[in-house]
Amino acid sequence: MAARAIWKGELKLGTNKVPVKLYSAVEDQTVRFHVLDDRAKKRVKQHMIDPDSGEEVPTEEIQRGYEIEPGRYVILTEEDLEKIEPPPSRDIEIAEFLPENTISQQWYERPYYVGPDGDTKAYFALVEALKNKEREAIAHWVMRKKYYAGVLRSVDDYLVLFTMRDAQEVILADELTKPAGAAPTQKELAMATQLVEMLEGEFDPKAYKDEYRERVMEFIEKKAKGRAPKLKPVKAKRQTAALDSVLAKSIEALRRKEKRAA
Amino acid sequence: MPVNLYPAARSNRASLRMLGPDGQPLARKYFAEKTGKDLDADDTVRGYEIGENKFVIVTDEEFERLAPEKTRDIDLKQFVPAGSIPPTYFERGYFLVPAAGSQKAYKLLAGTMEKSELAGIATFVMRGKEYLIAIFSDNGILRAETMRFADELRSPSEVGLPKKKAAPKAAVQKFEKIIANKSKKQFSPNKLQDKQTDSLLKLVKKKQSKRGNVVKVEDEMETDHKVIDLVQVLKKSLGGKK
Repeated sequence: MAARAIWKGELKLGTNKVPVKLYSAVEDQTVRFHVLDDRAKKRVKQHMIDPDSGEEVPTEEIQRGYEIEPGRYVILTEEDLEKIEPPPSRDIEIAEFLPENTISQQWYERPYYVGPDGDTKAYFALVEALKNKEREAIAHWVMRKKYYAGVLRSVDDYLVLFTMRDAQEVILADELTKPAGAAPTQKELAMATQLVEMLEGEFDPKAYKDEYRERVMEFIEKKAKGRAPKLKPVKAKRQTAALDSVLAKSIEALRRKEKRAA
Repeated sequence: MPVNLYPAARSNRASLRMLGPDGQPLARKYFAEKTGKDLDADDTVRGYEIGENKFVIVTDEEFERLAPEKTRDIDLKQFVPAGSIPPTYFERGYFLVPAAGSQKAYKLLAGTMEKSELAGIATFVMRGKEYLIAIFSDNGILRAETMRFADELRSPSEVGLPKKKAAPKAAVQKFEKIIANKSKKQFSPNKLQDKQTDSLLKLVKKKQSKRGNVVKVEDEMETDHKVIDLVQVLKKSLGGKK
């Protein structure tokens, strides 16, 4: 079943405009629980209370404040917040292009498929151009009364727009100090490299399943039928051993596995 | 190799707080609809809806016991070329910091991965959720990126995108030219500065100067919530100091 577009706009590149539609690329599979009242086993509601008095504060009396220092708030009214709303726009402005993979993964937030809205020629021409040039683009747009900053990339013959974290939020590794301690020896480095190379392969996302999610769902299904299985407590395990003996053992175990597979 | 996880991003700097008529910070509270009575965490349970208003209760204990045995262990399963993971998978970053006694193993892994330009793929369980992660060596520091599972991503055909069409050469060249003209070599992070937050903070600053716009609450609860400087915490932990 085809997904519904969440937004329509135009990619702006100089004087060129490519009409596009946005679709969520993510389908959340989290097992969703409701919070229930333990006694009545009914769904609960939420409200805001004054923690000192325990009294409910009705919605119309609630104010919004920005904490400038502990215990001091600047009150922002509805009008204030409306004033800083961006003017509505349908443009996705491309600011500049960078070599692909320049921006580290830690900036990435959420991907959206960008599909053509009519003009498929221009759309696929842009996909191809980005691919040939191996570039990603920094993009800015306004959606649902909010400013967005993100990156536009070609992924498998289609355009994907990623929302990115705010520059002030991301902590870069260069801001930090390298961990203390002695550098590994040549022998250890050689062994570790060998181990890592034995485990090297191609990224195959389908090989990984959310086993925990599956277990929870299976348990729910059984419990729904009135047959909740008995669960044993999880034992935590801890192991400490000399680094090179751990490395040697790991390599040995992998070798055996490979032999068996051959 | 025991490690500690720290978020690789600070929390949102534009978050607003809900306040009462006198400026007192409010708390969100559950209540039972029928009786109107407030409920504490102990008075609530977690229910999965199997039909209209029909729920299967899963207790905290059951939830914990359902976790795979390897709980908390980051199980490195494979190494892949660092640039080969499609960007759609990445969700959120964490820095891995060596715990006491594991500095050596940590440095070894970071050094080996940096040299071989590989990323490690691992799974682990944290706070009632299983995570698939990619570990990158970044300037001698290990950074874990949580990833979506394959069934959490839609394919272009599932979304209903049209089949790829060959594009006219002239159109491709036109775009290539624009790309070449607008290309930069270096990424400047300020290009990804959130305008929304900037304008909110500007507004706060403007209003702050007028006394009537500011409320002050005496609240002993507020004094123990200190602002944590994540970078300082990380630097300290990486330096091996307590």
